[in-house]
Amino acid sequence: MWSLANITNSIHEALNNQFSAGWALFFEMLMAGIAVISLFAILGLVLVLMERKVSAWMQIRLGPNRVGPKGMLQSFADTLKLLVKEGLTPGGADKFLFNFAPVLAIIVAMLLMAPIAFAKDFQLWNLNIGVLYVSAISSVSVISILMAGWASNNKYSLMGAMRSGAQIVSYELSAGLAILSVVVLTGSLSLNDIILSQQNGWWIFKGHLPVLIAFVLFMIAVTAETNRAPFDLAEAESELTAGFHTEYSGMKFALFFLAEYVNVFIVCCIGATLFLGGWMPFHIGNWQQFNHIMDYIPSSIWFMGKTFFLIFLIMWFRWTFPRLRIDQLLTLEWKYLLPIGMINLLVVAAMAIGGWHF
Amino acid sequence: MFIKNYFKEVFSAIRSLLKGMRRTGYYFTHHKEIITQQYPDNRDTLNLPDRFKGEVVMPHDEKNEHRCTGCTACELACPNGTIKVITKFEINAEGKKKKAIDKLVYHLELCTMCNLCIVACPSDAIVMAQTFEHSVFNRSQLTKILNNPDSKIMEGIE
Repeated sequence: MWSLANITNSIHEALNNQFSAGWALFFEMLMAGIAVISLFAILGLVLVLMERKVSAWMQIRLGPNRVGPKGMLQSFADTLKLLVKEGLTPGGADKFLFNFAPVLAIIVAMLLMAPIAFAKDFQLWNLNIGVLYVSAISSVSVISILMAGWASNNKYSLMGAMRSGAQIVSYELSAGLAILSVVVLTGSLSLNDIILSQQNGWWIFKGHLPVLIAFVLFMIAVTAETNRAPFDLAEAESELTAGFHTEYSGMKFALFFLAEYVNVFIVCCIGATLFLGGWMPFHIGNWQQFNHIMDYIPSSIWFMGKTFFLIFLIMWFRWTFPRLRIDQLLTLEWKYLLPIGMINLLVVAAMAIGGWHF
Repeated sequence: MFIKNYFKEVFSAIRSLLKGMRRTGYYFTHHKEIITQQYPDNRDTLNLPDRFKGEVVMPHDEKNEHRCTGCTACELACPNGTIKVITKFEINAEGKKKKAIDKLVYHLELCTMCNLCIVACPSDAIVMAQTFEHSVFNRSQLTKILNNPDSKIMEGIE
């Protein structure tokens, strides 16, 4: 059957026949790097267009419909515009940090791509502590935002960065607790093991109400962590012009923009892996016939479908909910999400010990 | 008690958010609700709302008669001197002098489309039209006389 794993295996064999093991590994790493960079470019184009179309339809508008058929090429035109614009560095800015911050944002996003299983046996790095790795690296993204805000030497940028720091540090806790509830049920930190444990049903169905609550908490927390509305206090268009990237222009701005969308994609990948079974097809218990039909759909399509469903959900949040003030934001985290998450984790632990899941 | 209120708050918050998501989800799936007018393309089939305010006009019937009595209520109501009513005295069939309009001058370039003159008019002589393509090359073309030449007031309008 057609699968991405076969392609990678045949490339691996061909390279090993041609070159020595060291060179083959080098070429493989090079190809993986190119694949990740091109995935970034495609994601940027697709997600920006998707966001604009979704927002337009939710607000009873048409959205981009002039460039190319049905406005499909709008994001190409935007990218071209950003590429030819001047990347200005303000006079009072810390030049090195100012130019390094967007690169750091992209590096963090790239590092997060490593442990994600995009399809069956199609993974850059099969890490046995994948969940820990993801939650550790994703907290580095706050440094790029703080760096950008500090180096800009602009009060709007600094305020946006400080807010974002408070926000990401707080919401990481409830995201971590939500992730932990699946780790407790699976008993493994490896993303591959977590996916394999969902062979006979996804955790969101197998785990009853507690895992559903954990899923809701996870979605709220990652929306806050990626600085998207209704938690877009780091950008805060209405009061801080553009928050931490006020002073950025041209390609440096585009890198921040791209990093935001790629981060959305990555957290949705993690959400799909933990709660919706990653590349695992939709299986119902022991219905062999039904499971067999579902297996015919390639695993990469399952994974992308789930991920894009979650991305759509996050976009739906953005274009429906009213924005929060900074004190409301922290109240929501510390008085609601965190206590609920902790109690929920206890319930999940009891469930895992008692084996009260399917 | 506190715990009860806490959960009540959480559930009512979730319910209201879901209600909002239902509305946007409805709009997302029902594209016929889209209200955007693709203006230069659909110039012939343009569909404007009833209350769209384009410019002030004075409707005349087929006998070239209008409903304006020349009371100058619109002139007094206008906040920025857009309307000037120039009145004259007519002698009617019974030999009595009666006030009527000679010209109702309307300066479109001063008008803010605030609708106050239409509200003020006691005899509904002026209305807002839906035309909005007002650009001209000479400013003097924006000063319009709303009543047609040789038009008369309708019978029975006091």
